[in-house]
Amino acid sequence: MSATADTPRPVEARSAGRFLFIAAIVLICAWVLVPIYLLLVNTLSSPSQVSAFPKTGLPGWDFGSIQFFMGFAGVLRALWNSLLVAVLTMILSIGIGAPAGYALSRFDFPGKEAFRMLVVMTRAFPLPLLALPLAVLFIRTGLDDTAIGLATVHTVLAIPFAVLITFSLFSGIPLELEEAAWTLGCNRLQAFVKVVLPLVLPGIAASAVFAFTISWNEVFAAAVLTIENRTLPAFLVQSLNVSPLHLKFAGGAAMVIPALVFIFAVRKYLFAMWGIANR
Amino acid sequence: MPAKVLPYLLLLPATLFLLVFFVYPFVQIAWLSVSGPNGFSLQPLTTMATHWKFQSALGWTLLLAAVVVPLQLVMALSMASIVTKLERGRNAVLYIFSIPLGLSDLAAGIVWLAIFEQSGFLNSMLAGLGVIDRPILFLGYQNIWVIFLAVVLAELWRATAIVMVILVSGMGLIPKEYYEAGEVFGANAWQRFVKITLPMLRPSLQSALILRTLAAFEVFAVVTALGGTTLPVLMGETFQWQFALQDRNVASAYAMVILAISILATLFFLRVLRVPKGATI
Repeated sequence: MSATADTPRPVEARSAGRFLFIAAIVLICAWVLVPIYLLLVNTLSSPSQVSAFPKTGLPGWDFGSIQFFMGFAGVLRALWNSLLVAVLTMILSIGIGAPAGYALSRFDFPGKEAFRMLVVMTRAFPLPLLALPLAVLFIRTGLDDTAIGLATVHTVLAIPFAVLITFSLFSGIPLELEEAAWTLGCNRLQAFVKVVLPLVLPGIAASAVFAFTISWNEVFAAAVLTIENRTLPAFLVQSLNVSPLHLKFAGGAAMVIPALVFIFAVRKYLFAMWGIANR
Repeated sequence: MPAKVLPYLLLLPATLFLLVFFVYPFVQIAWLSVSGPNGFSLQPLTTMATHWKFQSALGWTLLLAAVVVPLQLVMALSMASIVTKLERGRNAVLYIFSIPLGLSDLAAGIVWLAIFEQSGFLNSMLAGLGVIDRPILFLGYQNIWVIFLAVVLAELWRATAIVMVILVSGMGLIPKEYYEAGEVFGANAWQRFVKITLPMLRPSLQSALILRTLAAFEVFAVVTALGGTTLPVLMGETFQWQFALQDRNVASAYAMVILAISILATLFFLRVLRVPKGATI
């Protein structure tokens, strides 16, 4: 709706309102973007420029900080671990969550509500705390300090979203399409692969990226469950009080830049997933 | 395959997974918090409650949530209203508004560290304006309220986007006819917002507030990045007990406190913002 009232207002008042509206948008965009810009300024400056004072607010176009970060002991390995855990989380949460989402959207069966409750309940608990008791379980089973162990905890974080998003995706595909495929001689699996899957694949990809982001950003469980095989957030948080400023800022940028790309990739689906998550 | 078994087969992996990695650890954590080497014991709880940092950690955590969440609600409502009103450039604005959604709390803490640290951009700006001669140590231990302010700003910056996204999708569900009817009866924009948008948005407000308040109780990396351990919070103390003090029982007791206030907050919002039966859109 536009901001028109039923009584016509004077032109100046309306254009003043318009100006305020646009000013508010510009102001909020600046509030979001300027801090990211400042982080990038620090990342693109040499270590001595980072601790210099006062700052100009312009990058020094020096890759000294980035070189120092990449060469710092354990950083490359932490980046690799982060990537590995995030990919495993992505595969696990979609592999486990998507079938559940499909079942919830296509079938009515006893126990459906109980399962929905279980999924919704996971969102009402401080999940990273799971890492505390699981640390013991993992030591007993040899999963401690492994990528797959951490990925399972991240999957618990990502599964509610995977289930709810895939549920809304499958609900958006009319059952008639599948039924038409059955009457044309497909069995259930063929109908799914040939008719439903191509239609939902972009959405599945988006929820996979979302799972990746959850894992990429998670700090607490990662710091509790890994010692040698730290992920990037775990590495950064545990070296916060000993690492120099330029290392922190370059590390921060290494976490922020992929996140910008991820959000851009899934922007169309953000609202679909939260719209359904409300119900 | 019989159609009766299929849904259960599809749900089986997810159910098993959640039982093993969600339900089981919670039973475990509850037991750890009330046990010692010789079985049942209230020792972890008393150790936690009598430790000098417990009360301030609980107090700071609650205060942070009480300051951050209402501000976020107001900001997110304004942002969502702006986005719903926009016609041109909606997607670009929406993308920029939702960028912080993908950022981790640790990254947000580091971003605001760049602004608040001693040779940071805030000091540079103040010096440039001639307000100060030499940089101020904002994040030192004697400036605990400045650290608090920095954490509030970082949390507002990072986590308002998620509230906004939930509210935007909720606003999209409100039928246009309601607003048209409101206009016909002479309600101005503010009256329409208060009498139509807010009541109709109740389910979205509820889930956004629950989600955000719980996340606010779990605040950890932002605080660590900006203030180290100067500003104690519950999650940070949990981490300390687990690592520095090597006492998993007390760490679990802290976890139970976070869980308890989370459940209380959830029940509170479920009750205050309950949707009357049959009143859904």
